[in-house]
Amino acid sequence: MVDSGRGASRTKNTIRGATATPRRSSADERRAVEAKSRKKFQVRRKARPDSSERVSGALLHHQQMCRQSLSRLASTPVASLMTCLVMAIALVLPSVMMVAVNNIKQLSAGWDGTPQLTLYLRTNSEPVELMKRLSADSRIESLVYLSADQALAEFEQYSGLADITAQLDNNPLPAILVLRPELGALQGDGGGKLVAEMQALPQVDLASLDLEWIERLRQILQLTERASWLLATLLAMAVLLVIGNTIRLAIENRRSEIVVIKLVGGSDAYVRRPFLYTGLWYGASAGLIAAFLVQVLVLLVEGPAERLAELYQSRFELQGLGLEATLLLVVSGALLGWCGAWLASFRHLRDIEPR
Amino acid sequence: MIQFDQVSKRYPTGQIGLEDTSFQVDRGEMVFLTGHSGAGKSTLLKLIMLMERATQGQVRVGGRNLRSMGRSQIPALRREIGVVFQNHQLLFDRSVFENVALPLQIAGYSAQDTGKRVRAALDQVGLLDKEKLSPIALSGGEQQRVGIARAVVHKPSLLLADEPTGNLDPKLSAEIMALFERFNQVGVTVLIASHDLALIARMRHRVLTLKEGRLVADG
Ligand SMILES: Nc1ncnc2c1ncn2[C@@H]1O[C@H](COP(=O)(O)OP(=O)(O)O)[C@@H](O)[C@H]1O
Ligand SMILES: [Mg+2]
Repeated sequence: MVDSGRGASRTKNTIRGATATPRRSSADERRAVEAKSRKKFQVRRKARPDSSERVSGALLHHQQMCRQSLSRLASTPVASLMTCLVMAIALVLPSVMMVAVNNIKQLSAGWDGTPQLTLYLRTNSEPVELMKRLSADSRIESLVYLSADQALAEFEQYSGLADITAQLDNNPLPAILVLRPELGALQGDGGGKLVAEMQALPQVDLASLDLEWIERLRQILQLTERASWLLATLLAMAVLLVIGNTIRLAIENRRSEIVVIKLVGGSDAYVRRPFLYTGLWYGASAGLIAAFLVQVLVLLVEGPAERLAELYQSRFELQGLGLEATLLLVVSGALLGWCGAWLASFRHLRDIEPR
Repeated sequence: MIQFDQVSKRYPTGQIGLEDTSFQVDRGEMVFLTGHSGAGKSTLLKLIMLMERATQGQVRVGGRNLRSMGRSQIPALRREIGVVFQNHQLLFDRSVFENVALPLQIAGYSAQDTGKRVRAALDQVGLLDKEKLSPIALSGGEQQRVGIARAVVHKPSLLLADEPTGNLDPKLSAEIMALFERFNQVGVTVLIASHDLALIARMRHRVLTLKEGRLVADG
């Protein structure tokens, strides 16, 4: 009857024994009724699915709802696509920022460990003695000398401004010494001391450690990364709201169905299931579309970015999302969709009760 | 099976649905519930399946006090009860088969089991050849029989019906009632709300009469 399992059988027996006395019936009739209900009870025991069958039944319902909610979305392709696109665009923004951050990181990674100390020499200064002295310095790992002429040639080669430099009367570039300091020598304020020391040398016009701007770049990257996470959080909430609203409408559209299911004993989980899968599909599709859009954007800026990198003497390949990040995008989209659907159905399914 | 103990139901709007009503329906009984429109028949049935809650008194179904049942226990209660509605509450975007299969799906029956049971139920109401149709393609009497098949497909021990013959002509009504009698003969407890007094009189079962929310006759 109402409760199931062994407890129920006890209740039934006591009810039958104690109170099951059909009105206005003779003892014979009463016995017949009891026999009938006993027989029915046995039939019913077999009729009920046991717990393992019940589990497979729930699994079956999961499968059905998973498929059914997808085909429901496919049956209104334009409307579904619109919703997915809105969510996809919200996912694209932070993804693009993170792709950019990753690329710049990769770009700066080559410089990270090997900062250069560039000494711009005074005109007509004699480099040989200076070089000897610097090679002897234990803090300096290696050094390269570029005469003014070499520096000009290199500049022409990489800037493509040979025409202009050809018109100059004399070479405006100084000779330079490029030093690679030992990493240990740069720890603490070692870097600053080294720069000051070099700056004080009579042949040196200007000493510049490129560590400074790398440090700055790194901090900008960190800031950008944090900003893109913040943006991602905000836009994730936007995705939740979009999903929530979509699911709310879906629930409204299927109100009569929900009422009937509740009338015949569908649990909250059962009623909620198709909507959760709908949210899941929306989110996963949005993630997939977002990944596609990011890839398209990467392809669009790839050419110009590589040309720009060439100017900086860097062989640099723009990195797209990659398989892992694509998966992450799809999975987080699906998760957001599921959560949004859960929130919406939690709020709105409660209000729908049979009257 | 059903026990009402000084039950009152007052709606939030102030209307009185049921007033100080006590009675008992035993297992295996078939009982009619009658009275004018607005007498409280639907209210009484709704209290049994917790579509409404009593404002006073105790309602027991199958030995369990409904007052102690929380929201989460309502589905399990309803799965033990078969209900037939006057407006049958069928889903027109699903086939007859799918409509009848709904309680089994909810209870977690396998597809194979579901098929067997649904066909058995449709056979009992004489609609085996209509399983693939939409209920919208059926006559009023046939729709009501689909509703009955859905109410009994999971073999509930209690069957409730609210004006099941409300929209039907006398011949169809008699057929539907005969169907309920057959279920009662295999041991199902049946409680039918109806104001079709002539039909009820011919059936020779116990009759509960309500008037303005009060039980005025039992017998
Ligand atoms: N949801 C409701 N809200 C307010 N009053 C209601 C509601 N349902 C029923 N009633 C009132 O309760 C009384 C009994 O109604 P009901 O049980 O539907 O009677 P019956 O089914 O016998 O026609 C009526 O006065 C009706 O107006
Ligand atoms: Mg009514």
